[in-house]
Amino acid sequence: MSDMQLTHGVADVAPGDEKEGRIGQRVIGYAVGLGLAILLTGTSFFIAGTDLVWQPSIPVALVVLAIAQMGIHLVFFLHITTSRDNTNNVMALAFGFLIVIQVIGGSLWIMANLNHNMMPMDRIMQMQR
Amino acid sequence: MSVAAVTHGHAREPEQVGPAPKRIVTGYGFWIFLLSDMVMFACFFATYAVLVGQTAGGPRGADLFNLRIVAFETACLLASSFTCGLASIAADARSRLWFQAAMGATCVLGLAFLFLELREFAELAARDAGPTRSAFLSAFFTLVGCHGLHVSAGILWLLTMMAQVVAKGFRADIRRRILCFALFWHALDIIWVAVFTVVYLMGSGV
Repeated sequence: MSDMQLTHGVADVAPGDEKEGRIGQRVIGYAVGLGLAILLTGTSFFIAGTDLVWQPSIPVALVVLAIAQMGIHLVFFLHITTSRDNTNNVMALAFGFLIVIQVIGGSLWIMANLNHNMMPMDRIMQMQR
Repeated sequence: MSVAAVTHGHAREPEQVGPAPKRIVTGYGFWIFLLSDMVMFACFFATYAVLVGQTAGGPRGADLFNLRIVAFETACLLASSFTCGLASIAADARSRLWFQAAMGATCVLGLAFLFLELREFAELAARDAGPTRSAFLSAFFTLVGCHGLHVSAGILWLLTMMAQVVAKGFRADIRRRILCFALFWHALDIIWVAVFTVVYLMGSGV
């Protein structure tokens, strides 16, 4: 009984490692990932060059497609899943994600504010003369 | 509970309460490194996003980028991620032939990507759009070039792993290195997704 509890949920899995599976199943897993990635990439390239969709929505659509594709890569190629033996890997990923969002979002926010509040460059040049 | 079950449980205990197996420790450590690498790329992305409009009267992204070449580069990297996955499976199945074939295919696709990228860089430099032309182009070459450097390092690592498997076979330490290499290569693909979206697709639309 206690043996059962010990073996369940305690063991971790290394990032990138898959649970035991037959070779055919694992190849199919990678092939599905590749297919989904090609689909999303193709959609991105199509949307970027088309007039069929409302133009201001294109950057948002591209970002959404890119994030979806990153998720596909994480699940099918890096095997980061929501199962309990993957908790440590997901926690590290979440922390990395937090820092990435802060660096990119914070930089853009601060620099946009600076640009907004700063005197235009030609006026600064005039004052220095 | 029978006696056999009790001894079985005791035999298992040290493995359960002791430190994690080396494969997990190594893989997790490398995973942390990869995430720090992603943070570094986030800094380059932030720099690029801030400087993308500062062209100093020079060419913009829309004047420079050739999406057809970018599509070929993307196809190379996506296919190489797939073959790298096949190499991981072959390593787990201890199949030397399939491992070398899949790693060789990954190498060829990675080199094709690098060739296309270097040709693009040379073209830009020849059109007076090198990294010294404007802040936008400095940020562009830093970001995309840094990814290219990672791919170059990955190819060197890949060739090393092929040689080590020939020389030493699928020993536990070699298989840990293969695990880390696969993580590295797939992570490069994730970063390339961000690069082609933010730099090329959004840059050529505006």
